[in-house]
Amino acid sequence: MTELTNLGVKDIRDGVASGSFTAREVAEAFNAAVAEAASLNAFIVTTPDHALSAADAVDAKRAKGEELGAMGGVPIGMKDLFATKGVQTTAASHILEGFKPQYESTVSQNLWDAGAGMLGKLNLDQFAMGSSNETSYFGNVQSPWKKAGSNAAMSPGGSSGGSSSAVSARLAPAATGTDTGGSIRQPAAFTGICGIKPTYGRCSRWGVVAFASSLDQAGPMARSVEDCAIMLEAMAGFDPKDATSLQMDVPNWEAALSADLKGKKVGIPREYRMDGTDEEILKSWEQGKEWLRDAGAEIVDISLPHTKYALPAYYIVAPAEASSNLARYDGVRYGLRDLPDGAGLQDMYAATREEGFGDEVKRRILIGTYVLSAGFYDAYYTQAQKVRTLVSRDFDEAFAQCDVILAPTTPTASFPLGDKSDDPLAMYLNDVFAVPASLAGLPAMSVPAMLNSDGLPLGLQLVGKAFDEQGVLNAGLAIQQRAGFDAQPEKWW
Amino acid sequence: MSEYRIQGATGEWEVVIGLEVHAQVTSNAKLFSGAATAFGAEPNCNVSLIDAAMPGMLPVPNRECIRQAVRTGMAIEAQINKYSRFDRKNYFYADLPQGYQISQLYHPIVGEGQLLIEADEKAGLPEDKVIGIERIHVEQDAGKLMHDQHPTMSYVDLNRCGVALMEIVSKPDMRSPAEAGAYVRKLRSILRYVGSCDGNMEEGSMRADVNVSVRKPGEEFGTRTETKNVNSVRFVMQVIEHEANRQVDLIESGGTVVQETRLFDVASGTTRSMRSKEDAHDYRYFPDPDLLPLELEDSFLDECRASLPELPDAKRSRYENELGLTPYNARELTAEVETFARFETLLSATSSAIGKDEKALATQVANWSLSVAPGVMKSLGDEADPANATAEAQAAILKMQDAGEISGGQAKEIYEIVLKTGRAPDEIADSEGLKQVSDTGAIEAAIDEIIANNGDKVEEYRGGKDKLFGFFVGQTMKAMQGKANPAVVNQILKGKLG
Repeated sequence: MTELTNLGVKDIRDGVASGSFTAREVAEAFNAAVAEAASLNAFIVTTPDHALSAADAVDAKRAKGEELGAMGGVPIGMKDLFATKGVQTTAASHILEGFKPQYESTVSQNLWDAGAGMLGKLNLDQFAMGSSNETSYFGNVQSPWKKAGSNAAMSPGGSSGGSSSAVSARLAPAATGTDTGGSIRQPAAFTGICGIKPTYGRCSRWGVVAFASSLDQAGPMARSVEDCAIMLEAMAGFDPKDATSLQMDVPNWEAALSADLKGKKVGIPREYRMDGTDEEILKSWEQGKEWLRDAGAEIVDISLPHTKYALPAYYIVAPAEASSNLARYDGVRYGLRDLPDGAGLQDMYAATREEGFGDEVKRRILIGTYVLSAGFYDAYYTQAQKVRTLVSRDFDEAFAQCDVILAPTTPTASFPLGDKSDDPLAMYLNDVFAVPASLAGLPAMSVPAMLNSDGLPLGLQLVGKAFDEQGVLNAGLAIQQRAGFDAQPEKWW
Repeated sequence: MSEYRIQGATGEWEVVIGLEVHAQVTSNAKLFSGAATAFGAEPNCNVSLIDAAMPGMLPVPNRECIRQAVRTGMAIEAQINKYSRFDRKNYFYADLPQGYQISQLYHPIVGEGQLLIEADEKAGLPEDKVIGIERIHVEQDAGKLMHDQHPTMSYVDLNRCGVALMEIVSKPDMRSPAEAGAYVRKLRSILRYVGSCDGNMEEGSMRADVNVSVRKPGEEFGTRTETKNVNSVRFVMQVIEHEANRQVDLIESGGTVVQETRLFDVASGTTRSMRSKEDAHDYRYFPDPDLLPLELEDSFLDECRASLPELPDAKRSRYENELGLTPYNARELTAEVETFARFETLLSATSSAIGKDEKALATQVANWSLSVAPGVMKSLGDEADPANATAEAQAAILKMQDAGEISGGQAKEIYEIVLKTGRAPDEIADSEGLKQVSDTGAIEAAIDEIIANNGDKVEEYRGGKDKLFGFFVGQTMKAMQGKANPAVVNQILKGKLG
């Protein structure tokens, strides 16, 4: 049965539908793979029964000749930022440890409605704050990849590091991720998988533990562009419970996939050629251009002049929103409560939040509180919002000249766990290429390009016009077909 | 201008007052959640996942609450902002699950407007005055802490949490407790006309933050204090009275007023400091990223405008100018929704019962509505069943009175019986003998007898002692047991006495 775990979303869906295997066989195979992989620490909790009962439901439907759904028979991993009814939902924090929601997030519900099952809740950086998966209260996630000649534990990226680790290690054919400033794309790039952050508003945020509301977007992480297209279709859709949800029909992305880019223009932003970018990354970028040219696209130079201000602006806007979004974790109604003897309300807040939040979360709450404070608001928050507008305008102008933008996903390949954990700024720089598209709310995807000389995956990023996930997926498919990336981490876990 | 002054040791002081009125929007659901808003439910029964700020929950604006705020803005002739936005006001408290209140600081939905308070000599308002309104914004209410349920713990009730409030901010245009009282009453009346708030101050549907400062007339504004959550018109006036005197005493004894938040103590009628500006929160306002800016379409605004009823000022002026009512009657009838509604229903019923137009009957119906009917109701106390006070019954009484079939006194007597029993007025008039006699034959007979028995008086009258006419009328009414139609009596007497 082990080869079933090598299958992706499309193959499993089609195989279950055609009767090549049952959904239960698939679920059992992945449950077994998950059980064997505790050393990756990709899951906070596993839910084998959920996967099995969803599979049985699909098998029963098939027996009755009913429609199986777009994700029928596909077991997936669920990032532990999505509220799942009756299943612990923690955002990888101590403050929510043991919290079992009475409700199901819209995105996860959409997936279950499409016939998917849940293998477990995936580890992540605490409250999705981090780029290496070292800020989880439940321990670091390890990448299945190793640097050639080293046994050092590598970062799977973050914040969706449990997702990237699980999908690349074939513990799941696909997983949900969320992306606030690169949290889908950077881990996908680090682990040699695909991941797409759709246009802001495509996927409902209802039931997703909030980090930075104006940036948070859910998206799929899987091993192929096709699988991402299928899963995104299942996740997306207007949700009246989210006031920022897009009131648009979900296109049939899978059916419209095409790697023929004739007549398309691919923009190469000159400002992304930054100091400190790894030579091999630059080389992969050059290679990406060749592949897209080969697919029929015209390569054009574009300028995104405010790129260098994007990361600083992001690190004002996102913490500002987070400082407010995380105020609800106060020990009053759910989650951790630390009530020292004789403590009053303020003491309880302080003790609970001191105990319940990790250092990185506290750091961002402090930054966010500071930039919103009287006397600093205009200098920081207002200014950052202006930058955000300028960054969006850069993209608007660039998209007058091209259809999709090609850039590296990250400035470096994965690094060993612990390498950057003492230097927050170095860590934040990981997302320098990812953040501009987040600020502008644009669809953006990472697809694997090649292995570097250390044997670690490198990803290429495609950024599209608002609502043009199709253009992004198509360019991604053109790269996928030409890159022929089929490297897998050697199983050591 | 109000001449209200505080007499201090150093001379006269003027009081400057601004009010922030929080009015709970009348709607079935809360501002951003589907939870119910009914008053008096068991604790924590009207609470949605959103109100409890569960992880991942999101606010979605309730169209009805927005509509009510817009209609209220229109009713105070305010600028309606087609673009407005929600901001978060961040602070920690156990009655605030989100850790922030969603409000509108930077771009409120309603801009500048105004409200007229009418002259009322008795209430200390010598002339009409227009009070400016700075803005109306929409925001969430907080929950409630209960400190008396457990010896060492406080309980939290989130029923009110997330209910929509309008904060109606006046300009510092008021200069006396009387003006502030009239402002709150007028505002309450407008809100109730519009139907955007029930104005029930006892249940907390409406409460005011009272800003007070004092100055020597003509000087710059002094430092103000803000007394929070004052929940009756009388208390608002008390707070001003107390605060103004406290501030004058403080300044005159060499102190300075500090900008601070104060609380009103109902028992003592005084205010005390709650927190000073130094320990004021830094609320870290910023636009709520869960909500898009609110952009109102013209069709929505048109619908809001079309749904507005006739408002108090317009109605009062119509009552005076078209119905010919006295200014007093017009003001009394238009002050409250219930009063004008009863009046208009009765006027319409009376008009169709009698077949005369409303204008011809308005004064009669107004007097009935304002003094006769309430007087009868009051005198009966518990004996009256208010359900019997139908417009139909009252119109029937007014019709008989208009036709001269019954006197004013009989109308009251009949109405008494109606209120007690619900019997039909016509039937009461017949069976209880409560009718005037307009039958000229009976009256003539009575008059003939009186003339015959009072020859001397007849002579005196005919000799020029006109005042004796009243004597003959009195005698005739007595003989008729008070049931004769006075007009008929007068007419016949005049003819017979010559």
